[in-house]
Amino acid sequence: MAKKQNPIWGWHKKVLEQNSLVLTVGVLAVVSIGGLVEIAPLFYLDETIEEVEGVRPYSPLALMGRDIYIREGCYNCHSQMVRPLRDEVERYGHYSLAAESMYDHPFQWGSKRTGPDLARVGNKYSDEWHRDHMRDPRSVVPESIMPPYAFLETTRLETEVVEGRLRALRRLGVPYTDEMIENAEADLEAQLDPFSASYDAFVARYPGAPIRDFDGNPEMISELDALIAYLQVLGTMVDFSTYEADADENLR
Amino acid sequence: MTALAGRPKTGLDANAMIVGGILLLGALWSLFAAASGADANMRIHAWVIGLGFVLGLFGMVGVYSSGGVERDPAQYNETIVKYGVVASMFWAIAGLLVGVIIACQLAWPALLSWDALPQLNFGRLRPVHTSAVIFAFGGNVLIATSFYVVQRTTRARLAGGVWPWFVFWGYQLFIVVAATGYLLGITQSKEYAEPEWYADLWLTIVWVAYLLVFLGTLAKRKEPHIYVANWFYLAFIVTIALLHVVNNLAMPVSFLGSRSYAAFSGVQDALTQWWYGHNAVGFFLTAGFLAIMYYFIPKRAERPVYSYRLSIIHFWALIFIYIWAGPHHLHYTALPEWAQTLGMTFSIMLWMPSWGGMINGLMTLSGAWDKLRTDPVIRMLVVSVAFYGMSTFEGPVMSVRAVNSLSHYTDWTIGHVHSGALGWVGFISFGAIYCLVPWLWKRKGMFSRALIEWHFWIATLGILLYITSMWVSGIMQGLMWRSYDSLGFLEYSFVQTVEAMHPSYIIRALGGLMYLVGALLMAWNVYKTIKGDVADTEDAVNPQSAAIQPAE
Repeated sequence: MAKKQNPIWGWHKKVLEQNSLVLTVGVLAVVSIGGLVEIAPLFYLDETIEEVEGVRPYSPLALMGRDIYIREGCYNCHSQMVRPLRDEVERYGHYSLAAESMYDHPFQWGSKRTGPDLARVGNKYSDEWHRDHMRDPRSVVPESIMPPYAFLETTRLETEVVEGRLRALRRLGVPYTDEMIENAEADLEAQLDPFSASYDAFVARYPGAPIRDFDGNPEMISELDALIAYLQVLGTMVDFSTYEADADENLR
Repeated sequence: MTALAGRPKTGLDANAMIVGGILLLGALWSLFAAASGADANMRIHAWVIGLGFVLGLFGMVGVYSSGGVERDPAQYNETIVKYGVVASMFWAIAGLLVGVIIACQLAWPALLSWDALPQLNFGRLRPVHTSAVIFAFGGNVLIATSFYVVQRTTRARLAGGVWPWFVFWGYQLFIVVAATGYLLGITQSKEYAEPEWYADLWLTIVWVAYLLVFLGTLAKRKEPHIYVANWFYLAFIVTIALLHVVNNLAMPVSFLGSRSYAAFSGVQDALTQWWYGHNAVGFFLTAGFLAIMYYFIPKRAERPVYSYRLSIIHFWALIFIYIWAGPHHLHYTALPEWAQTLGMTFSIMLWMPSWGGMINGLMTLSGAWDKLRTDPVIRMLVVSVAFYGMSTFEGPVMSVRAVNSLSHYTDWTIGHVHSGALGWVGFISFGAIYCLVPWLWKRKGMFSRALIEWHFWIATLGILLYITSMWVSGIMQGLMWRSYDSLGFLEYSFVQTVEAMHPSYIIRALGGLMYLVGALLMAWNVYKTIKGDVADTEDAVNPQSAAIQPAE
């Protein structure tokens, strides 16, 4: 007695296996579901990003520093995402919030810690330490396996491109104002000089940004200036004294 | 008239005009970008890109001044598969070599970093390694084998005249542009999607052409049914297109500049990236290579696929479930917990279709298990499926949140990736190439069977050294990070964990070097076979005629 065959096998053989376009559409439909269900809600669910005070777009100098961080592939070895685990919070500081990377195009959470997490490295070390460390990491951490980045302090920063970069980010929704964009290059220079005429205007635009000559050489705006300016602001924007982790809007 | 001159050619047709137009536009853009690019890196990189387009144009002039590309409908297009095999071999050596170099940089950093050469720092070389092995080596293997398999299983010549050649050379250009960009520091920093917007745009054009060539060939088929390997190739091509386009959405700073910013930010960008990243594994490194498994293992073992129904379940379950697994890369991060839980759940479910596929591949050897002893190529293919089974078990384990809290950010992940990459992807590719070379160049067999044996054993031992050393260093580092002393303080500073991993890094470099040596033996073997130095061989392969046989 022949067993009755489930019609799905015959249908697969007759329809899907004999029509390449139906097969293509079928594949597309099947692989779209997971992404739609998982990713799309993140764009409209309010609770995806916490409500915190202090997160602002990067200053022009820090943005250029961030671009150098990306260029050198720092993300290959350094994460920027402190997990809410006891040892991580003790080692690095408060666990990272989604809000802290809301202006990061793209995100720099990383996937590997060949070196330590950098999400809260800002203000942890002095500029002098960073200078020595970039020149020769093993001069300050003898067991370090990081390559040296001595060329950064002798390489002039390409300051003329910064305005275009702010403009591109605004097109993506980062709240840079017209004023910020017009003054991008001037603000970049202002951040390196605590005695500049535009000090007040700069502080008003980028509250809390550190202002000083980061690489210790006022003669030249170097790539090291930008990179240290970026590292020193990492993880310092949110005012955690006002952040209520247990508030309803922050429970996810 | 010789046989060669007698083969029909396309002449200067519309396809040639379109391809020529694309190349010309590319060359013009490069010229503008070289002359007045928005940033210094663009002005350098444009010369590399422009050179590629100009070489392409010269190549076309050469081909079309002698009548165009061959189009004999009674013959398979084997020439392009030969090019793909040689390119695969070349990029395998290049990618593995860079891998050994960066492994050595981690073991002996002071010796292998140079102040004057930031281009060769670990941060810039690491994407050169990953892109070279995944996209250059893996991609060329997939293009070459898919072009071979789709012709043989449809009994039709590859469609599209010059377009397959556009796909092949366009893809090589993409690789060169991507790699030279990394060395210059041109990167979007999204792992496995590092190339900047213009390289992404170029790959999109090449990939659409690839899809159309593949579908065009399926449309011409003289077999009523589409063979299972082609389902997997099709899913790989279609899904990679989708992933590539969405994950690389970006805003260029200037249309003549090298820098762009990703369309999404923070948490949304993170999940988009790992939806891409995990499915680059799922569809590039798994679905594509499963297609190779479904053609080359039955062909080499001369046995039918174990179960037709299992292959249907395997296919649809695998592609449906894989796409959900991305969030397991983001456990305990700022990604909302519901998304993490979904990712974990589907990652565990993924174990089943993965092993279903493994069983279908392994059981295809039913009645031919003796070949495991006698045929080193079969052994390589089967061991590759075994590694697939091992890493698709390890993956779901690591996706469990509790396990991930230990393994994430450590070398355990690196070891896991390499058991899949070296064991599964590498071995199934090498096995397929060992099959293809005698078939394509019409030799009795490979030049030396002993060299295949040596390749197999050296590479297998290399993989074992690699993954065990990474288990040790990863699990050790994870435990050291969370270790407390009796007074309740963290026991180790970060750099103490780095210091502790030094021996593992040396063993890993050795394992990688052994794998590279195996590939070099293979390259020599392939070279001698192509050159025709094959004497009477003890394991002659069945000849595969280039003429298209009529359907039965």
